[in-house]
Amino acid sequence: MHKIAVMGDRDSILGFKAIGFDVYPTEGQEEAGELLARLAQDGYALIYITEDLAIKISDEISRYRNSYFPAIILIPGTKGPLGIGMKAVKESVEKAVGADILSQENQ
Amino acid sequence: MARLNVNPTRMVLTNLKRRLQTARRGHKLLKDKRDELMKKFLEVVRENRKEREIVEKMLMDVHSRFVMARALMSDTHLEEALIYPKQKVTLKASSKNVMSVEVPVFEFSTEGQGEGDIFPYGFANTSGELDGAIIALSEVTPHLLRLAELEKSAQLMADEIEKTRRRVNALEYVMIPNMEETIKYIVMKLDENERGNLTRLMKVKDMMLEQAHQYKKKMAQGS
Repeated sequence: MHKIAVMGDRDSILGFKAIGFDVYPTEGQEEAGELLARLAQDGYALIYITEDLAIKISDEISRYRNSYFPAIILIPGTKGPLGIGMKAVKESVEKAVGADILSQENQ
Repeated sequence: MARLNVNPTRMVLTNLKRRLQTARRGHKLLKDKRDELMKKFLEVVRENRKEREIVEKMLMDVHSRFVMARALMSDTHLEEALIYPKQKVTLKASSKNVMSVEVPVFEFSTEGQGEGDIFPYGFANTSGELDGAIIALSEVTPHLLRLAELEKSAQLMADEIEKTRRRVNALEYVMIPNMEETIKYIVMKLDENERGNLTRLMKVKDMMLEQAHQYKKKMAQGS
């Protein structure tokens, strides 16, 4: 059985506790990096990270990009969507196709 | 194009021809794999974008509701209300094989006291805004999981497509031309040897006939 974790600043993620996700409030860069590594080892299959925190530890996140577990998904924090999550999708497209062919479609 | 460094012999030629055939077949298969993966990938990624937009919009709604709840309640009360969750989410992750890429499939089930009863607190000390926020958040959950599934699939497939494309290109532009050129070189070299051999034999035959019949002497006497 796998678990779901949520990382980010306290205000953004407190609510997730109520619906049964494991909540790990973190804001510091080093602290978050270590926490992510620990969660990945502890068998969390799914880790949601707020975008503002994800900017700080993007190196650590990209390390798990091509491994099967854990799936790290960016979610917008209280400050609103910063567009990083969408950018990750775009990067996948660029990597596979060679150019971003989908963003033009929606405009 | 660089020629492979081999001896121009008949055996090497046979081997090379066999390898070329394998390479061609592999190239065709990999190309098909790449095309099919690309098709699947684009489907996944389109859905991924849509799902992400939905999730981002819904989460922003949740956040604004939480801000309201926080404004109406003290921090300690809020935290106290949420500290012990009633509902437990268990996640079952299995995998699906899409064109030999293992992609995750998430299934989740919630364990709680009853349907619709997700509030982990009594209603006396909390505001109605918090209830709304929590309901909204629980509605996002299936979308969040779907998003995770799609996004991870997209990442893994993108990786596989890149790898496959590299292989296809290496076969198409390096391996196959190299082998073709080497085969041509060996064939030409063997033909050349053959011709050299033939000429030598004809020359030897001439010399042997000359020795046996002494044509030149006879021609000189006759004239």
